[in-house]
Amino acid sequence: MIDSLMSKYNYWIYIVLMMIGFYAMIGKKNLVKKLIGMNIFQTAIILYYISIGVKKGGTVPVLMEGLPHAAAYVNPLPHVLMLTAIVVSVSTTGVALAVLLLIYRRYKTLEEDEILKSMR
Amino acid sequence: METISSIKPLGAVLVSLIAAMLILLTGDRHRNLREAWTLLAAVIKFSLVFSLAGPILEGRSVETTLLTLVPGLKLQLRVDAFGLVFGLLASGLWVLTSIYSVGYMRSLQEHAQTRYFFCFALALSATMGIAFSANLLTLYIFYEILTLSTWPLVAHKETPEALAAGRKYLVYTLTSSTLILFSAAAIFVQTGTLDFTPGGFLAGRVAEGMLPLFFALLLFGFGVKAAIMPIHEWLPSAMIAPTPVSALLHAVAVVKAGVFGCLRVILYVFGPALLTQKGLWFPFALLVSFTILAAGMIALGQDNLKRRLAFSTINSLSIIILGALLLSKSGITGGILHLANHGYLKITLFFCAGAIYVKTRKELVSQLNGIGRRMPFTMGAFALGAMGLAGVPPLNGFISKWYLCLGALEAHEIIFLVVFLLSALLDVAFFFPIVYNAFFKAAKEEPFRCDEAPLTMVIPLTATALFSLVLGVYPDALMKFFSITNQAVRAILGGG
Amino acid sequence: MNAPQIPAAILIILIPLMSSYAIPLLGWRWRGAGYYLALSAIGASLVCSLILLYTVLTVGTIHYHLGGWLPPWGIEYVIDPLNGFVGVVVCCLSFLVTVSSRASVEKELPDKKVRFYTIYLLLFTGLMGITVTGDVFNLYVFLEIASLAAYALIAIGEDGAPLAAFNYIIMGTIGACFYLLGVGYLYIMTGSLNIADLAKLLPALYPSKVVLVALAFFLIGTAIKMGLFPLHVWLPDAYTFAPSAVSSFIAPLMTKVMAYILIRVMITVFEPSYSLKAVPVGTILTWLAAAAILVGSILAIAQSDFKRMLAYSSVSQIGYIVLGVGLANATGLVGSLLHILNHGFMKACLFSVAAALMLKTGGRNIYQLPGMHRRMPFTMAALAIAALSMVGVPPTCGFFSKWYLILGAIEAGQWIFVGVILLSSLLTAVYFMRVIEIIFFRPAPSGGHATGEGVRDEIPLSMSVPLWILAAGILLLGLFSEKIVSGILRLALPAGY
Repeated sequence: MIDSLMSKYNYWIYIVLMMIGFYAMIGKKNLVKKLIGMNIFQTAIILYYISIGVKKGGTVPVLMEGLPHAAAYVNPLPHVLMLTAIVVSVSTTGVALAVLLLIYRRYKTLEEDEILKSMR
Repeated sequence: METISSIKPLGAVLVSLIAAMLILLTGDRHRNLREAWTLLAAVIKFSLVFSLAGPILEGRSVETTLLTLVPGLKLQLRVDAFGLVFGLLASGLWVLTSIYSVGYMRSLQEHAQTRYFFCFALALSATMGIAFSANLLTLYIFYEILTLSTWPLVAHKETPEALAAGRKYLVYTLTSSTLILFSAAAIFVQTGTLDFTPGGFLAGRVAEGMLPLFFALLLFGFGVKAAIMPIHEWLPSAMIAPTPVSALLHAVAVVKAGVFGCLRVILYVFGPALLTQKGLWFPFALLVSFTILAAGMIALGQDNLKRRLAFSTINSLSIIILGALLLSKSGITGGILHLANHGYLKITLFFCAGAIYVKTRKELVSQLNGIGRRMPFTMGAFALGAMGLAGVPPLNGFISKWYLCLGALEAHEIIFLVVFLLSALLDVAFFFPIVYNAFFKAAKEEPFRCDEAPLTMVIPLTATALFSLVLGVYPDALMKFFSITNQAVRAILGGG
Repeated sequence: MNAPQIPAAILIILIPLMSSYAIPLLGWRWRGAGYYLALSAIGASLVCSLILLYTVLTVGTIHYHLGGWLPPWGIEYVIDPLNGFVGVVVCCLSFLVTVSSRASVEKELPDKKVRFYTIYLLLFTGLMGITVTGDVFNLYVFLEIASLAAYALIAIGEDGAPLAAFNYIIMGTIGACFYLLGVGYLYIMTGSLNIADLAKLLPALYPSKVVLVALAFFLIGTAIKMGLFPLHVWLPDAYTFAPSAVSSFIAPLMTKVMAYILIRVMITVFEPSYSLKAVPVGTILTWLAAAAILVGSILAIAQSDFKRMLAYSSVSQIGYIVLGVGLANATGLVGSLLHILNHGFMKACLFSVAAALMLKTGGRNIYQLPGMHRRMPFTMAALAIAALSMVGVPPTCGFFSKWYLILGAIEAGQWIFVGVILLSSLLTAVYFMRVIEIIFFRPAPSGGHATGEGVRDEIPLSMSVPLWILAAGILLLGLFSEKIVSGILRLALPAGY
């Protein structure tokens, strides 16, 4: 049991992070906190992807002198995919912040329950 | 049976569709032109349908195939003898109803006349489609179009009662369509076809346990429009529509479409052989018998003239279905004949009710004392119509009722003979007082000289009344109803 | 497997993408540039999609290797009958809706026109990208492009639009991230991101729990994005408060493309025998779909806001599509695919009418519509046709997709879903017939509308012509549905159906 916990610790970390983010998105009333939760959620996934590319004894995937074989480097593909995902995450945060600005200008608050009350 | 391919069935359906579009385009600005479209379409349609009688009587059928709707089913029109009866009835009466409508709408200066004539034309297109459908899916399509095109007609007055009646109409008919769709889909999955075949096509192809279910669902599905009890309630409520609409609903299009559908199911989907073998016909025969008698008795208590006529219609429709359910040669002949005869008789009565309303604004039977002196033609026609429905010779009603009673005897079911006779008595009971009061009771106000409704209304109603008389003496007059009916029965029973 | 490298496969993405960059540049000088450039870009994509579909049907599946890199190392675009069909549907509807967008954008967003069309084209690019790609991660990229553009477009509406957009951002991101997780799990097991390659490698791995979890993530992710009950809560607000041109675009298209993703995952990435039968996903999908169908219809009846009613109706219609997928037989899937087409046309027509009403009356309340048929007869006629199609009255197209779904349910022996479909048709009739009754049969409020011809105040041609093409399309698609089914959809079915 401890064995599986320790050998797969990257998965457990990402799950914990993801759940924290998830809780923030659903459970928090402040819209900015929801946004941060979303960010944590996405970051957890990014970390997870990176972690699956790791190899015992592999080094940074930059082509170096004396290390011609691909087996010596960690898998660069997840890194590339996650660059895209980071861009997506940043854009989403940008759009969400812009929307939050709109909300703030209109309702003067960023608490979800107050906004819903003022909308009734 | 040899089939001829021809564009005529499609033409009969489309001519009023085109007229409907033209009516919409002409609008209220050129009323006479708009009315002309209706009349022109009616005449063309009737001529097309009439010309189909020739090949049918020679034992062939005329077909138009359009496109494939779903793999295995086509949108197909096939005119056979039974469909031709309905087609002749509907198209012939539409000519007269159009003339009558013009008189009625203009005398009352009704609103939304364009919408009225548009929906009318559309409804007649759908009726032709129903009459000439070759398979259950095509029938369903035109059935739905009929429902939707008659809905604005029921709700025409736009008062809260009219809208409520319209909503009730829609609820009943759309729910019933659902039952039909379900059965059609299930039958299609099991048998791979939905084509109407004289004598039925289900035998041996559908699981045994499903047969009663399909029969019940299909009969209740079509039974809503055919006003079988207990799903008849929409019909009296729909009397709030203008009278030509009620005449249309009760003689020509909607209710006859329902009855037509029921008969198609009984005779062309299930078939007499299968139904006798499984004994499925008996429970439904009992149900429609109940409808016949109950409707007749309720009619006795109705003071509103149109509502009384509505219940009389419910009574007559179930008589037609009972005739077909007897599954005997005379029974089926009587049923199909009564489909046509009742059309002419009932439309006369409704035309008269409308004429009375236009002239005197009277709607109740109790107000009709002495009206016969003021409107002799109208009440005379009414008397003829009432006598016909009761089955008094020499009117056409007598001929169909004779065959129906024979049919009951052929099926060895005395109980249904009794039902037919009782219903005739009920007919006399609820019509006779009207005729008596109109002619023989002194009027409460000064009796005027002959002061009829406008000619456009009186001519059609006298025409239908007189034609009923002619048909009673010579059943094959003009439309050859009798020969065509015999053709149909021969095909159904397989040359019996 | 043998069509040449047709440039249309990449142009279909490239043209709208480049045009969306060009719009702000041109828009600097000429404010109206956005509309015309967007229209030409989408028109060009429409032509490309037709070329692609034609090639697929006559020659075979198209594989386009981006940058010349061979799969599975490079990204490739794969066009087979399924996504060729979806591509044509998306392009065609986008084009028609874009034509009609000018008047409503002018009225609702007059100072944001240039930025609007920029993001609008990006949304279109995203949707097309999802449709043509053959790589699961590439799909995620386009998915997010489309979603972000959608979030932005929805947020600029009135009333509660920003909050609706924010809720959509939160839920939509969860959905996309779940999808991404699914991709990740599959990558761990197979090392590949190419759909065709995955289809080859996965069957050997079906016993693995990881693959099962990947399937679950895909399912939930697309369900959130599609608005499948009970993950639909973002949908009503987003559709209601978005600007008219935006809801006319998003409503018919976005959820359908997400449904396409579901179908692609279920039948191409995973084999139907695994995804729908071995794991009881098929059962889960059909029951959720049934719930969606009924709940959507019932909630729609309760609405007096026209667009909100249509939004709940969409929730219900997505249920039909998912039901067809879950039934796991050929007829059911054909019904789903046909419904993607039909519902696209119906909702595009209905939301265009809503846009027209917003343009002319400024409101969305159906109880303010009596007598509208005198003011806008052609628009209301189109509404009537679309409403009848939603109810499922033949010969409009809506009837035919329901027919295939009913047949599929009967063939699968699932009689209860037949009942659900029929019941929902009646429920749909309740709220659509009510709208028709209010418009056509209730007397107009006293004033200029009550007399004879009334004050005819129709919408501009740029809105009414597409509306009429859509309405005509509803009728024609119904009459010719059999040709579409045998000519295209039967070819899109996976092997084994």
